Amino acid sequence: MKACPRPPGLRRRTTVVGALLGLLLAPLVLLVAGAGSAQASVATLCLAQPEQTACINGTVGNRTNPVEGVEVTLLGPDGAEIESQTTEADGKFSFQVEEAGEYAVLVDPETLPDDLEILEPAPRFQGPEGSILVQVRLGQTVAPDLDVRSVDYDAGGASFGDQIAQSIAQGLRLGLLLALASVGLSLIYGTTGLSNFAHAEQVTLGGMVAYGLVNVGGLNLWLGVVLTTLICAATGYLQDRGLWQPLRRRGLGLTQMMIVTIGLSLAAQYAFQFFVGASQQKVVVETFDVVEIGPVRLTEMSFVAMGISLLMIGLVGFVLLRTRIGQATRAVSDNPALAAASGIDVDKIIRLVWTAAAGLAGLGGVLYALVVSNGIRWDTGMQILLLLFAAVTLGGLGTAFGAFVGAIVIGLVVELAGPLGAPGDLKYAVALVILILLLMVRPQGLLGRAVRVG
Amino acid sequence: MSEQTTATAGHADPAARRQMMSQVDRIPGSAKPDPILRVDHIQRRFGGMMAVDVEHLEVQRGIITALIGPNGAGKTTFFNLITGFDRPTSAGKGAHWAFDGATLDKTSASSVAKAGMVRTFQLTKALSRMTVMDNMMLGAKDQGGESLAKAMFRPLWRQQEREVRHKAEELLDRFKLLEKRDDYAGSLSGGQRKLLEMARALMTDPSMIMLDEPMAGVNPALTQSLLGHIQSLRDDGMTVLFVEHDMHVVQHISDWVVVMAEGRIVAEGPADTVMADKAVIDAYLGAHHETDLGDDALLDEGVAAALELEVAEEEAARNQEGER
Amino acid sequence: MDTFLSILNSVVSEAIAPDTAAVAIAVIGLNIHFGFTGLLNIGQAGYMLLGAYGMAISITHDIPLALAVLIGLVISLIFSLILGLPTLKLRGDYLAIVTISAAEIIRYTGRLAAFEDFTGGSQGIFGKSYQGPFISLSFLGDGSTTLLPLNYREAGGTGARIAGLLVALAALAAIVWVAKRMKSRGSDEPTVGTSATPKLLLAVLSVVMVLALFFSFPQSEPNTSVDGWWVRLVAWGLVGLSCLIVFLLVRSPWGRLLRGIREDEDAIRSLGKNVFAIKMQALIIGGMFGALGGMVYVLTGSVQADSMGRQLTFFAYTALLLGGAATIFGPVLGAIIFFSARILVREMSGAYVPNSIMSDQQTEQFSYIVVGIVLVLLVIFRPQGILGNKRELRFHV
Repeated sequence: MKACPRPPGLRRRTTVVGALLGLLLAPLVLLVAGAGSAQASVATLCLAQPEQTACINGTVGNRTNPVEGVEVTLLGPDGAEIESQTTEADGKFSFQVEEAGEYAVLVDPETLPDDLEILEPAPRFQGPEGSILVQVRLGQTVAPDLDVRSVDYDAGGASFGDQIAQSIAQGLRLGLLLALASVGLSLIYGTTGLSNFAHAEQVTLGGMVAYGLVNVGGLNLWLGVVLTTLICAATGYLQDRGLWQPLRRRGLGLTQMMIVTIGLSLAAQYAFQFFVGASQQKVVVETFDVVEIGPVRLTEMSFVAMGISLLMIGLVGFVLLRTRIGQATRAVSDNPALAAASGIDVDKIIRLVWTAAAGLAGLGGVLYALVVSNGIRWDTGMQILLLLFAAVTLGGLGTAFGAFVGAIVIGLVVELAGPLGAPGDLKYAVALVILILLLMVRPQGLLGRAVRVG
Repeated sequence: MSEQTTATAGHADPAARRQMMSQVDRIPGSAKPDPILRVDHIQRRFGGMMAVDVEHLEVQRGIITALIGPNGAGKTTFFNLITGFDRPTSAGKGAHWAFDGATLDKTSASSVAKAGMVRTFQLTKALSRMTVMDNMMLGAKDQGGESLAKAMFRPLWRQQEREVRHKAEELLDRFKLLEKRDDYAGSLSGGQRKLLEMARALMTDPSMIMLDEPMAGVNPALTQSLLGHIQSLRDDGMTVLFVEHDMHVVQHISDWVVVMAEGRIVAEGPADTVMADKAVIDAYLGAHHETDLGDDALLDEGVAAALELEVAEEEAARNQEGER
Repeated sequence: MDTFLSILNSVVSEAIAPDTAAVAIAVIGLNIHFGFTGLLNIGQAGYMLLGAYGMAISITHDIPLALAVLIGLVISLIFSLILGLPTLKLRGDYLAIVTISAAEIIRYTGRLAAFEDFTGGSQGIFGKSYQGPFISLSFLGDGSTTLLPLNYREAGGTGARIAGLLVALAALAAIVWVAKRMKSRGSDEPTVGTSATPKLLLAVLSVVMVLALFFSFPQSEPNTSVDGWWVRLVAWGLVGLSCLIVFLLVRSPWGRLLRGIREDEDAIRSLGKNVFAIKMQALIIGGMFGALGGMVYVLTGSVQADSMGRQLTFFAYTALLLGGAATIFGPVLGAIIFFSARILVREMSGAYVPNSIMSDQQTEQFSYIVVGIVLVLLVIFRPQGILGNKRELRFHV
């Protein structure tokens, strides 16, 4: 798109801006070209206008396991029925109201699947006849305290040991997928010193492109995965060419560059929403068969994804250790000035690192969407960004193998935190707490070299 | 610099200084009559390489001591170690060094400076986006206004600020930088930055000043004035330790020369004796001892490349460590 | 004309909204961290959330307002200590990663159902449960304050509003004119007597302009029983106070130290200063402004963990860089321009771009895309922001 090389003589400023826009939008425009029809179905999500309207949005089930066909009714402050909606495949309902006040949401238990029941809301939200109260203010979007769980939730649940085994398996899966993205993050940091906050959006981009190619475009899954990886790698290449290299040449400080990545990440997130919508999109519609090994139950796809991930990381390791390019990369990582002085084309290496990192992140994104998050959303990457940073920091900033080890550790910690007693999203927090604690005792990370600072 | 009255009689007289040092053994690690700095068993490894391995060193008070050695000898690392900017690998395992009687084994860089041992850097650390005057005023010790509790109330520090400014102006005048006081330090030339850094270090009223390659990157005209400044510091009674590779400089102004090679101290003595020392010629001058090493033009391409590499290396190391 | 007026109305109302003031205060804190000291704190929203929780939870437990505010500030101080102790001795990016992580931990924890009794879980704490003490402090009544026939709640006729706008513009022009004359005259005859009158005139004109603006763009009461005037008065009063404090701090030798540390820590260390302690002080002070901003932020709405997430921090950075880092008024100007410009983009594209090209939702998202790209372009092409000193930035460290 706009990022292709321009004839010399044009001002660099225009190149940077153009490239920037092009990079951000190119894959999305490509994607949306074929996604027009899918977009219409999610456009009904209510958006509150300040001082005019308010929204009551919610999901029956949760994002990964939405419940379809449930009838949800909105009751006004006076108890009168206002509107009924039936949830679609994404499990979402969305009411728009124009007056503030105390509303209530009623879920018809008849329309729920037999194996699900509504969790009793907190006492202060309990309304008449099992409805759920919501306080509505104009200009705000509120979510009712609505939760469903399977009827046999506690009955005969897996033994603790089995849960742990299952969590370890899931942890390894998460860790391997995180590793795909964090190895690239770490290589970028190692060779350029840049903490790339937009790396998470590279992950999301992978899932989005795959959604466009496979789900919307009807491409074969495996062809789609390969193509996605290539497209994402291309965005990395173009990014370095159109943005990062010019910025390095300008002598922009690392802090400034980091803020540039923050801006990119912000723009990309909303660009995803702009073009694809705010709801979860599946890469493939059908579900995968579940394989049971002892107490561990994972989808077939999970094993395939873990295999691919291991293979790719093995490949990266091989390249880094056994090839000239790998040696050069490590040399640049160790000491760019020295590497440049000994005849290594640093810019070329960095270009390569960006390309590979973006490709790996994209691949990670597809696989993550396939086996972990059950689809892709504009913020899928953002949710794992901190896990990526935790993995990279844990392993030692800038060491690729450290990032791999860190990612596995973080994956295990996150998945094991649940059965070991960390409720809900706190399992992500546990990983971050561990990161902070580790920095206190071993600031160079697990595998990093001790570099005296200050 | 009338505060610097630690000066003992005769520091301004070259003959007296020579006399004082004449009894000192000309061997590595020899004892000095009145050492201000003592260093024992400092080692620093980088990976498998021993960058610094100094068994014993004493620095005599009130004279100019030069620390010379070929590139990669570990001079700057040694500087970093004794000023608290790096930690010896041998810390806790017999490493010991003391300044003016006070142990520095576990002292942070800032406390070392507070104790009166102030350093400058090979790659000048002028604070580019601050004015020359602000640079100078940062140097002054014990400023009340630097405490958060007093900072908001100007009357509490206005008087001291005036005094600090006055002192800074005097020093800037001495270093011929007074007209530049409102310029950003980033707009100064390389030599001016070196001067500024030295003047800023003097704002702390040090008893010993450590200069890391003060002459590197300075044009010849300014070199002379820099040398003059260094000598006048000594004549004021300050102890000067500096790292240098230019033999001419060392010969002209140093009272005592310490030679480092491959991390170790290989020789000590007055400039002329040291330069005749066999160990020094082997380790430091190598194949070039026939030629005049003070003349950069005679460095062959290989040596130049090696120098360049080392500069790049140190720059990179610094970037990696300190910058962010 | 009506469309234009309603767009202008939205923009001005956003510009003077208490939320904007709240973020401005947080940005002032961020400016101490990032602008003056060079600390990369990417968790300013975490500080805001802590301050908001600290105050709101204290009040719901019947602690007086003043003490509740103090509790919020003390919590942010403790937070700074916890974050700073392990990281301030390390390279800057460690602080970045730890602050952003810690802010997320706070958000996750706040949303937990287990703490619902304190934090209200993901629903948050409703405004009415903690805003009482603040509202009762108001000496402006219940929100129906009027000025002559104008009031603050209802839209007057289009004619009256245009008249108000014209008055405001005239006042602005007069201010510029008087200020210019003052400047040019000030150099020739610096006598005290003559300069007092224009100063007074300036003050009066400013007040007239602000009042005209306020009343030509009436704000409906923002979903709370708090008087729109009262909240705005307090919020912007706190912004002014924060600016004053920062001004007093950074002109001192302490402020000089901060800038020295930003330029080169090692140089400052070599001069015998305790760099760690100064950085810690800066982290604490900036964090306290963050917490204060968080308290103001929830004065009109509710305390909701998700409303103070990472994006708010990113907005704060954009506002800071827009206004100009390491300046006194940069953060305030940046916050005002940032928020009102985003609304302007949204409303303009909402009004003039057909729905078939951009739906209502998409205009919102589009405005954020613009925000992100503006942040990038700012950093690349005008890193000194609006008020920053280009000369100062010419020297790359």
